[in-house]
Amino acid sequence: MNPIEERLLHLTRRSVLGDISRGIGSIALGSLLHPELASASATMLPGFPHFAPKAKRVLCLFQSGGMSHVDLFDDKPMLHKHAGKEIPPSVKGTQRLTGMTSGQSAYPVVPPLKGGKLCGKSGTWISDLLPHMQTIADDICVVKTLNTEAINHDPGITFMNTGSQLPGYASMGAWVIYGLGTENASLPAFIAMVSQGTGKNPGQPIFSRLWGSGFLPSSHQGVGLRPGRNPVLYLENPPGVERDQRRAMLDDLAKLNHLRAAELEDPETLTRIQAYEMAFKMQTSVPDLTDISSESKDTLEAYGPDVHKPGSYAANCLLARRLLERDVRFVQLFHRGWDQHIAIARQLPNQCHDIDQPTTALIKDLKQRGLLKDTLVVFATEFGRTVFSQGKLDDPAMGRDHHGRCFSIWLAGGGVQPGITYGATDDFCYNIAENPVHIRDLHATILHCLGIDHTRFTHKFRGLNVRLTGVEESHVVKGILA
Amino acid sequence: MTRTSLLVSTIGLGSLLATEPPVPAKIEFNRDVRPILSDNCFYCHGPDKNHRKAKLRLDIREEALAKEAFVPGKPEESETIKRVMLAADDEDLMPPKDSNKKLSARDKEVLKKWIAQGANYQLHWAYEKPVKAAIPAGKNGVDVLVQKRLSEIGLKPSLEADKRTLIRRLSFDLTGLPPTPEQVKVFENDKSPDACAKLVDSLLKNPHYGERMAINWLDQVRFADTIGYHSDNPHNVWPYRDYVIKSFNTNKRFDRFTLEQIAGDLLPDANQESRVGSAFNRLLLTTEEGGAQAKDYEQRMLTDRVRAVGNAWLGQTTGCCQCHDHKFDPMTTRDFYSMGAFFADIKEPILGRREAGMMVLDAEGEKKQADIAKRLAALQAEFAKPRPEFAPAQAEWEKKSLEAIESNGAWQMVKPITAASSKKNIDFKLGKDGIARGTIDKKRTERKQNDGTDSYVITAKLPQGTTGLRLDALKEKLPGVGLASNGNFVLSEVALASGSKKRKGPIKIASATATYQQGSFPAANAIDGIADKKDNGWGVLGGTGADQSLYLELAEPIADADATVTMTLTFGWGDNHEIANLRINSTTAPKPIRAPGTSLPDKEIADILKLDAAKRTPPQKQKLATAYKQIAPQLAELRTKLATAEKEKADFEANAPKCIVSVSDTNKRTVRILPRGNWMDESGEVVKASLPGYLPKPKIEGRDLTRLDLAQWLVSKDNPLTARTVMNRLWAQLFGTGISKVLSDLGAQGEPPVNGPLLDWLACEFMDSGWDYQHMVKLIVTSATYKQVSTATKELVAADPYNRECARQSPFRLDAELVRDNALAISGLLVPKIGGPSVKPYQPERYWENLNFPTREWQNDSGEGLYRRGLYTWWQRTFTHPSMLAFDAPSREECTSERNRSNIPQQALVLLNDPTYVEAARVFAARILSECTGDTKQRITWAWQQALQRDPSADELKAITSLVQKHLADYARDATAADALLKTGAAPVAKDLNTSELAAWTHVARVLLNLHETITRS
Repeated sequence: MNPIEERLLHLTRRSVLGDISRGIGSIALGSLLHPELASASATMLPGFPHFAPKAKRVLCLFQSGGMSHVDLFDDKPMLHKHAGKEIPPSVKGTQRLTGMTSGQSAYPVVPPLKGGKLCGKSGTWISDLLPHMQTIADDICVVKTLNTEAINHDPGITFMNTGSQLPGYASMGAWVIYGLGTENASLPAFIAMVSQGTGKNPGQPIFSRLWGSGFLPSSHQGVGLRPGRNPVLYLENPPGVERDQRRAMLDDLAKLNHLRAAELEDPETLTRIQAYEMAFKMQTSVPDLTDISSESKDTLEAYGPDVHKPGSYAANCLLARRLLERDVRFVQLFHRGWDQHIAIARQLPNQCHDIDQPTTALIKDLKQRGLLKDTLVVFATEFGRTVFSQGKLDDPAMGRDHHGRCFSIWLAGGGVQPGITYGATDDFCYNIAENPVHIRDLHATILHCLGIDHTRFTHKFRGLNVRLTGVEESHVVKGILA
Repeated sequence: MTRTSLLVSTIGLGSLLATEPPVPAKIEFNRDVRPILSDNCFYCHGPDKNHRKAKLRLDIREEALAKEAFVPGKPEESETIKRVMLAADDEDLMPPKDSNKKLSARDKEVLKKWIAQGANYQLHWAYEKPVKAAIPAGKNGVDVLVQKRLSEIGLKPSLEADKRTLIRRLSFDLTGLPPTPEQVKVFENDKSPDACAKLVDSLLKNPHYGERMAINWLDQVRFADTIGYHSDNPHNVWPYRDYVIKSFNTNKRFDRFTLEQIAGDLLPDANQESRVGSAFNRLLLTTEEGGAQAKDYEQRMLTDRVRAVGNAWLGQTTGCCQCHDHKFDPMTTRDFYSMGAFFADIKEPILGRREAGMMVLDAEGEKKQADIAKRLAALQAEFAKPRPEFAPAQAEWEKKSLEAIESNGAWQMVKPITAASSKKNIDFKLGKDGIARGTIDKKRTERKQNDGTDSYVITAKLPQGTTGLRLDALKEKLPGVGLASNGNFVLSEVALASGSKKRKGPIKIASATATYQQGSFPAANAIDGIADKKDNGWGVLGGTGADQSLYLELAEPIADADATVTMTLTFGWGDNHEIANLRINSTTAPKPIRAPGTSLPDKEIADILKLDAAKRTPPQKQKLATAYKQIAPQLAELRTKLATAEKEKADFEANAPKCIVSVSDTNKRTVRILPRGNWMDESGEVVKASLPGYLPKPKIEGRDLTRLDLAQWLVSKDNPLTARTVMNRLWAQLFGTGISKVLSDLGAQGEPPVNGPLLDWLACEFMDSGWDYQHMVKLIVTSATYKQVSTATKELVAADPYNRECARQSPFRLDAELVRDNALAISGLLVPKIGGPSVKPYQPERYWENLNFPTREWQNDSGEGLYRRGLYTWWQRTFTHPSMLAFDAPSREECTSERNRSNIPQQALVLLNDPTYVEAARVFAARILSECTGDTKQRITWAWQQALQRDPSADELKAITSLVQKHLADYARDATAADALLKTGAAPVAKDLNTSELAAWTHVARVLLNLHETITRS
């Protein structure tokens, strides 16, 4: 493409996407809106994707609070041998601890709460607290060496979701739809849902910046989907206004707007008319999305009994499948309550129970419907938990503190090798032994699966060409790619 | 493709062809070359020495020439040109392939031509002192310079807009509110040449002017009601918002405005107002997260502050220098941390809850405060008066007190096993010394969960044979023996129960007597079996200044050895009338168990009493006299008055508005340069406060620099950045785009101004006028440039698609706050009150459900809080009000120099379905029906005038008339639907109007409030 053409296309898209915020008619598609007028490629950045993608969509199942890798995915014989004994100073090193445990006099090793087994052909170790998940071991790729510098929740979860510990940056989902646009004509391209766990209730807070657009145009922010009559804020007509009245009113409104637009030649007015049409469409498409009455009994049963509780993780998992089916580009679930500082023995089984069956059912459902092959699934958390105890060993209030040096997540679906484990921690699952994967590397890899070269995906902000992967070195984790 | 989309695309395409400008005849370094070098080369060949490749820097001419990167006059010999012209797959190509940078053909042409013309550099434009162009007398500099530029590029200015458009534009731009139809008429009829100037003058005097201007400034300084990190709890800062409004309204000079915000506490004439201004330094994000580390947040706070100054005053992206020297601008990490060191004196907790802050009183508040203090002082003086006439009674008291001291020997202290409150309104805890102490739970009180009452439940083992109990209410600190603000408590009931499993049951109390009892609150009330009557209990008002005891005689002595007893003390009066500090004692002395005539004196008084009277020193005598006054019956009334006045003072102080402000601590935090921004690395050099090395600055020697020095430097005439930054922002506010486009960055990565002389002239005029903001506003809005029509001809769109040259005005959607204000104003619901605590209009339920520490639910305000202007809406950083967010209001987690203006479906959903707008529509409809008594046509015309200040066109009239008919028919059929619609919102429904008619007109009103024109300033 010659430079003039490129610039032309770029500007077309910018005027269509509303990146240019004034003067010329700007339709903001971004997360919301999507007009038949433009095909998906028209809402992509010029030159995107950079290469053939393996995945078209992303599903992020975010376990908020700091899920314990020690208990769930990273058992080691040494933990049992060394149970109750002080973690060797050579292992613990001088890394900083949070204010929660930095004053402790002893740091005894606590082996995983419950046994586990080597699952599937791949022999991936998964805790017995996740019996359903054990059955999809051959579909997932466990990465044991995620690591982060953040060890408190706010910076940690912000880092994981936006690539920066500071507020103000764009979330993963916002980046993805900024680059790739949307493929659905009547639903937002980026949808976030939050559920509260039963392990620790209420859990750590969640912030709207985690699905926010940061410095990107605000039309790229994720749209929250909530249980109840207004799944999207302000979706419902006011009481006493029927849908046909609304239609009639929109027609009148459009007529008046058109009259004025013709007079003033302000293309922004035309964009406004389209925005109203989109809003009207969403009033049908969203209830259609959240109405699960057409789901088979088998499907509902697979997700478990909580699928009937609106707002639960299980219900959100089913909605996630329905969204992905509708080609929503980025779907993100947040499940709160993984912050087991205290009473891990009581809290963790509940927390696992919340997510085990629905997560498994979702993966199987996607696979069965042929959606898994081009959907990248990221099952993640902001950091792991310490192998040593927070509090005294024999105390039922015993828990584990935050641990950012290594923790486990898994990926599945488009672009990732199924049934493998990547990276290894030391005998105490406290430090990384081989193949570290920084949060930035994870981000680079997610973008890679979508056909995006993270080094070429930038947005000018504060004088810099900012990237999701930041300014420090980062690499696509080639070892897990399919 | 639909027709509309086609239109949009066509316009888009049409403009594109014109956007690649021709290479100018005379290349100008700053305008033409620097942007190319900065964007493509400086990253590796710029100011950052740690990242520099091949030891080559292109930002300094001498160095670039020395390496023959540029050979003046000889492009073909210049290494740079050789390298940029290489084939795309050549390894030596510049910029290198992996940089993802690519020069356009035009870029290369510009570079060649510039070298051919001598490769002359200019200092980066923004670091040069602005030069003020000479303007012919009697001319407006804005027009002269805009038109000069227009004639250079062959464009002509547009016509002046009609008066209705002008007054709408001016009203929205200067007050954020629409004009009334009457104001439009007056303006249209004023044919005098200075009609516009008069209108501007009156708008500048309008108190809503300050509100309008404040919105933009509050974005710059990231003003919000909450701390931003983690729990995102509230902090007290709203008086700062009012300070900003007032500053604009009084046209405070911008230099003073700057000094107050950065150093309002350090000014020689510091006062309440300047101190509130200094809250600027406290607006940053803070955390209360458990486990957070102080050093981490100390660094975050420092960097947050430096970024804020960079954004609001300097137009510099300082944030880069947290980790490394700036790659494009001359700022270094040393400059960055040295600027951070200016704020090292600010007294604040690094982690945890902010303090409540300084009391901020208006004139009325100050008067009230003085009045309370005066009355209190008079009462205290009265109380302090010598009372020789009390001598005999005091002697009697001394005797009784000695007896009480002696009889105390028969009592022993009981150390409870557990002590807790049942409602948790009071945090009631057992101390190691066996005394249980209560404090009011602040969080429950803040969340309004504390109803003011509570019960104490204490378990203890009593010795066998116990015949009596004594409950001591101890006065350890102010306000007294009780937790109520007057120091009182009301013990509604005390009940004892045996805790033994065998004989569980109540333990009967035979009598209750007290060392002191308030008139109608005798001790006997505490054992009368009535626990649930508000004014039935033992109270001690008049005796709250001394320890008081309740003596309980048991009907039967305790028979069991080591019996566990549960005591329940119920405090049912409310208003936190609970005992502050409770000590329990038991005795096995024979009955009767009665209170002595006086309470057991505290140890200090007891020790004095034990002395021989003759040996007491005068101060000891004085202490005895004062102690006696605390219980003297003659002074009971005075003591009550005193306690009431003290309560009034405490209540006044508790309820007064407060603001966290800057307070300078002589013990400054140590500031180090953090290598790569890593706060765990303490190897960096310690730096003192100093001004950036790359900008002109005064020489200050022999003392440490303070925030006041920083503030004075920001607004010194030698500083080339501040005035330009502020004027560029003002221009963007009034025209839609800055003269230099990136408002937050006047550095190399920003954009050279399209009209440099104009920006410079504005900056100079601003400084020359003594930083007179209103002068500049007036100058701009009375210019012919500002007054042009905003409609664009096809030629203008083609020549200047983004209207950077201002050959016309620009139409743009109102800011989030103003969208709300406009609807409320049109409906008549707007409460035009200025200032005060932030308010909570309707917000969808459970929108805050993912907040924690503590969990919270938004409570809609009632009454006028629902109808205040948008800038008063509670600003929760992690969950900003969704209606505001939909219209691009920033979260204010970071300073925002410019909002984007999106046009998205969420905005439609808000305007159609947010109860605020539905309610505004139905109230507007009621006005249409009651204030205009004409026929449908007249009513539609009236409504159009209210909302748009113009008459409807014939087509509009026709469309709306049929809309009215249709809805009238609908709602006549379905009265319940009409009722349902009219129930939206808290405003009362006009009783005298026909509901179906009102519902039908509500739809007309909704159409009007949703029109693009309504929310657009054109």
